[in-house]
Amino acid sequence: MGTTDIIVKLILIVIIFLISLVIAMYSTYAERKIAAFFQDRVGPSRAGPFGILQPVADGTKMFLKEEIIPANSSKFLFIVGPSLAIMTACIGSAVIPWGQTLQIGTYVLDLQVTDINVGILYIFGVVSLGVYGVMIGGWASNNKYSLLGAIRAASQNISYEIAMGLSIIALLMTTGTLSLKEIAAQQHGWHWNVVYQPLGFLIFIICAFAETNRSPFDLPECETELVGGYHTEYSSMKLGFYLFAEYINMFISSAVMATLYFGGYNFPFMHSLGLSSNWVTILGVIALFAKIFFFIFFFMWVRWTIPRFRYDQLMDLGWKTLIPLAIANIVLTGIVMTLFK
Amino acid sequence: MEALSNKRKVLEAKPLNFWERAYLPAIVKGLGITLKHFLFTKAVTVSYPEQKREFSENFRGMHSLKRDEHGRERCTACGLCALSCPAEAITMISAERKPGEENLYREEKYAAVYEINMLRCIFCDLCEEACPKEAIYLDGDIVPSDYLRKDFIYGKDKLVEAPLNQ
Repeated sequence: MGTTDIIVKLILIVIIFLISLVIAMYSTYAERKIAAFFQDRVGPSRAGPFGILQPVADGTKMFLKEEIIPANSSKFLFIVGPSLAIMTACIGSAVIPWGQTLQIGTYVLDLQVTDINVGILYIFGVVSLGVYGVMIGGWASNNKYSLLGAIRAASQNISYEIAMGLSIIALLMTTGTLSLKEIAAQQHGWHWNVVYQPLGFLIFIICAFAETNRSPFDLPECETELVGGYHTEYSSMKLGFYLFAEYINMFISSAVMATLYFGGYNFPFMHSLGLSSNWVTILGVIALFAKIFFFIFFFMWVRWTIPRFRYDQLMDLGWKTLIPLAIANIVLTGIVMTLFK
Repeated sequence: MEALSNKRKVLEAKPLNFWERAYLPAIVKGLGITLKHFLFTKAVTVSYPEQKREFSENFRGMHSLKRDEHGRERCTACGLCALSCPAEAITMISAERKPGEENLYREEKYAAVYEINMLRCIFCDLCEEACPKEAIYLDGDIVPSDYLRKDFIYGKDKLVEAPLNQ
C-alpha cells in the first residue's frame, strides 16, 4: 500500500465519517418530521425553511447545556460510556461497500474503506461492542433506573444477537463468503438475497430493531417505566452522544441490510443503460443511499405504528420464536441447496 | 342472580388463530393505516402567530376601555369592576375632572390610573357586566406573551381605545 493509497483511504474515512454524522443529525430532524406527518401534525418548522436548521439548533443546545456528573458516580466510566457508544457506532461503516470503483485518471478508487474477508463478523463484533457503551454508562451512573435500563439493553442485545447470527448463517450458506464486497457483487442483476432468504431477512430486520434499541424494542430507554433508561443521569453532549449513537446505529444497520439483502449498490438495468463505469458507480452509490433512506424511514414508520413490547414478550419472541425460526431457516436452506445443486 | 338490566353481554374470549398470533398481518395492517395518515391526511396544525383560529362571536379577549361618541373616556372610576372581579385583577386610582378637560373625560370623576393584571385575570366578563357606564369590554385579541411579570400589568396606555380622529 503506497502513500497515495493511505491518503486516499484517510480522505475516504473522513468523508464516510462526515456522511454518517450528517445523516445521524438529519435523522433526528427526519424522525420528528415523519412522526409529525404520521400524527397529522406539521413538525419542527421554525428554524430555517421547513425547520431545516433544527438539528443545528439542537446540537448547539446540547453543547451549551450544563454538564452534570453525579457525585456518587464512577466518573471515569461515566465519561467512557457515551464515548464508547459513539465510537462503536462510527467504526461499523468501515467494511460497507458504498459502491464499485471510480476511475480517476489512472488511479482506481475503491469506494470501500477496507475489504476484510470477515466483513460480516467484523460488523457483528462492533455491534456487540455497542452494548458496552450502554452497559458502562448505565452502571456508572449509580442510579437504579439507569442500571435497570442497562441490564435490559444487555440481555436484549445478547438474546437478539443469537437469532441475528443464525439468520446470517443461512445467508452465508447461499453466498459462500463473509466479505461484504463479494456479497454485494453477487447480487448483480435481480439476484437480491431477499428473494432467496425472505425468512432470514424477516428475522434479521426484527433483530436489527432490537439491536438498535428502536421501538417496538426500545425497552432500555422505556420512559414510562425507567424515567430515561440508561441515560437518565446524562446531560449535555454526553446525552447527545447516546442519542447520536442510536441514529448512527440505525444508519449502519440500514446500510448492512441494504448490502446483505437488497443488492447493495446494485440497481436494475445497471449495465444496459450504456453509461461509462464511473457513472454507473455514482448511480450505484445513489441507489445504495436510496435503499438506506428507505430503511431509515421504515425504522421510523414502525416506531410510530407499533406499541412497545412488554419485557417478557420481548424475551418470548427472541428465544421461543426467532431462534427456532432461524434454525429452521438454516435447515430449510440446507435442504434446498442439496436438492437443487 | 337476576341481572339488574338487560344490558349485560357475555363475551367469550376466543383463542387467537395462527395468523393473529404471528403478529405480522396485524402489523402490516397497522403500517398501512399509519402510511395513509402519512401520505394523505392534512395536518390539522394552526401555526399560531401567523395563522389564527377563527374566534366565536362572544370570545372574551383583552380588555379595552371605551370612549363615547365624542372621543371622551367613559370610565368614571366607580370601582364596580374591581369589586366584581373574582380574581382581584383590577385596580384604579380616581381623580377629579378639572375645568377644560370636558373633552377628555365624560364624567366628573375619572380613572387616573387603571391597571389590570393580565396574569390574574380569568377573562370571566364580570367587569364588563358590572360596568354601569359601558366603559369596559373584553373584545380584544389574545393577550400576547411576555418575559417579565411586571409587563403583564396593563395600564391605561394599553387599555384605552385609540382616540376617534386618529
